[in-house]
Amino acid sequence: MENKDSTKEEVITNYILHKANTRGHANHGWLESYHTFSFANYHNPERMNFGVLRVLNDDRVNQGMGFGKHPHDDMEIISIPLEGDLEHQDSMGNTTVIKEGDIQVMSAGTGIFHSEYNKNKDQLVKFLQIWIYPNQKNVTPRYDQITLDLKDRHNKLQQILSPNPEDAGVWIHQDAWFHIGKLDNGFSTSYQLKKAGNGIYAFVLKGDFTIGTIALNERDGLGIWDTNEITITANSADAEILLMEVPMKL
Amino acid sequence: MMETTNILYIGKHLEILATVVRLINSNNNWNGVGAMNDEVAKEIFQKRDFSIVLLGSGIQRESETNLCSFFKIRKPNIIIVQHYGGGSGLLKSEILLALECNRN
Repeated sequence: MENKDSTKEEVITNYILHKANTRGHANHGWLESYHTFSFANYHNPERMNFGVLRVLNDDRVNQGMGFGKHPHDDMEIISIPLEGDLEHQDSMGNTTVIKEGDIQVMSAGTGIFHSEYNKNKDQLVKFLQIWIYPNQKNVTPRYDQITLDLKDRHNKLQQILSPNPEDAGVWIHQDAWFHIGKLDNGFSTSYQLKKAGNGIYAFVLKGDFTIGTIALNERDGLGIWDTNEITITANSADAEILLMEVPMKL
Repeated sequence: MMETTNILYIGKHLEILATVVRLINSNNNWNGVGAMNDEVAKEIFQKRDFSIVLLGSGIQRESETNLCSFFKIRKPNIIIVQHYGGGSGLLKSEILLALECNRN
């Protein structure tokens, strides 16, 4: 990764743009959620998935409230807290708290139950809930969480997830790689896809970006396929972006 | 009044099966029945006119092939869908998409 000369325009031809205000929205009082793809009562046949990326929910949970005990199977479930503390309990005996800078992963496999609550009494918890179709069914359920060093994403792309247990970040049962970058205004960097045939879905956490020639604002999503590399430029201070490289076929 | 859609869910995890069937039945236009093993699934399938079969977790590949073949022979237009997630998140979309595909 480097600060690249961005004067040469990169034209992206195979892409889908999901502007933030076109996402599905659910307000349950205690939970406000924006769905990039069809989820629960939001059903849009045009918004089913991007490759094996099936769910991208942008959740805000009120103080002390949360998702009661509920089941999952055959799915790789990743939670990324953005603000506040989220208390996790599951049927494997884990009771933990995740906070900003952490990443949590569950391989639901043959079946798990879990709950997620806002541990805070005085603030919302905001987090991303991401579901990836697994590359094998009926795996043994597993849970993991790690704390990331936030300094490692300043003007670079920090790997937070991969298919490899020995690699940086958490790992899942899928040929997917996630990175987060927090870039200064005007800073450009590139991302080379790791596996042929994969696509990349960029989701803006904060600020404004340009990918190729496509402008993105906060909470916009951009899926690109048939590409080997993308160039990302921040157009505002402390802009933060999540990149999800995923297989395009299940 | 809309016609009721009969849906057979097959999965090996009892609590997830109960949850999925309850979620299906929370929709007035859907009627869900669950089966935890192949023989029960086949028996139930022959007793009712199902439109959709949802394959949940724990079903081995050989068993899945065998079940799909059994269902297709008896009802060639049956829609067989892989159910992922084990809860309410994807269930509605999976069923609606299956019904939409069948109409087109």
